Amino acid sequence: MGYPERVDPSDWVDRYGDYLFRCALLRLRDRSAAEDLVQETFLAALKNRETFSGGSSEATWLVGILKHKIADHFRRQAREGSLPDGDPPNQPGDLPFDATGHWASGPTDWGANPADLFRQKEFLDQLAECLSELSPNHANAFTLREIEGLGTREICKVLNVTETNLWVILHRARMLLRRCLETRWFLRGTGKGS
Amino acid sequence: MVPARDREGIMMLNCKDVTQLISKSMDTSLPVGKRIGVHIHLLMCRFCARYEKQLLLIRETVRSIVAEEETPEGVSKELLSEEAREKIRAALRHP
Repeated sequence: MGYPERVDPSDWVDRYGDYLFRCALLRLRDRSAAEDLVQETFLAALKNRETFSGGSSEATWLVGILKHKIADHFRRQAREGSLPDGDPPNQPGDLPFDATGHWASGPTDWGANPADLFRQKEFLDQLAECLSELSPNHANAFTLREIEGLGTREICKVLNVTETNLWVILHRARMLLRRCLETRWFLRGTGKGS
Repeated sequence: MVPARDREGIMMLNCKDVTQLISKSMDTSLPVGKRIGVHIHLLMCRFCARYEKQLLLIRETVRSIVAEEETPEGVSKELLSEEAREKIRAALRHP
């Protein structure tokens, strides 16, 4: 008694499938890749059932396996990517600075009530959309840092970049994402956005 | 826009440098000289100050929504398709 609940693997899909799928989709933004990783997670879990210590809930154990699979997926993408060091840090014309390094067009004031947390689902949708518009390298770096909450050293290992390189990638990802969320979310309905 | 007189002297950090350092400060702690340079710049430049505030707000918003999404109920209400469910069940039956 008092052991965390454990269900038979034949019930895993019904019990944990949607939950794992949401965790995967949040990070991958690709339904079929997310489905594949959920399947891989269950299969790995089945093979290694004895590693479930009972120290945590079964759901937590499964999410742990899923997160390893996701890191592997990102590792693979980084390896197969055409630009091993990330994208060129300064593609002309898409950073908002003039030749002297000052804002050519500065961030817009989002007003007093920017984070409308009552519409979380819509925010998630916009975030996914904005992330999808970044290069995979930028999106994956942002995901590992801000969604997964990993430290930069760990992320460097997954993406196979130097720390200096990662700072450049994250800076750029944040800058582009901020601008995207500004138009699509924070200024929506205020008449200030496009 | 930053007034021209504020752009010169003291620490020579322009907005492009400062936005880079703001991002970096979200991942690691900056050396004290850089931190002071950024701080002084932010006192004078409302765009960079706004930029920093917005990046931190995005971080907070993302974190709280992710935490919510990772509860059993979730936020997005995304579900595995019936097709995927069947496929995974079959794979689990014959691993």
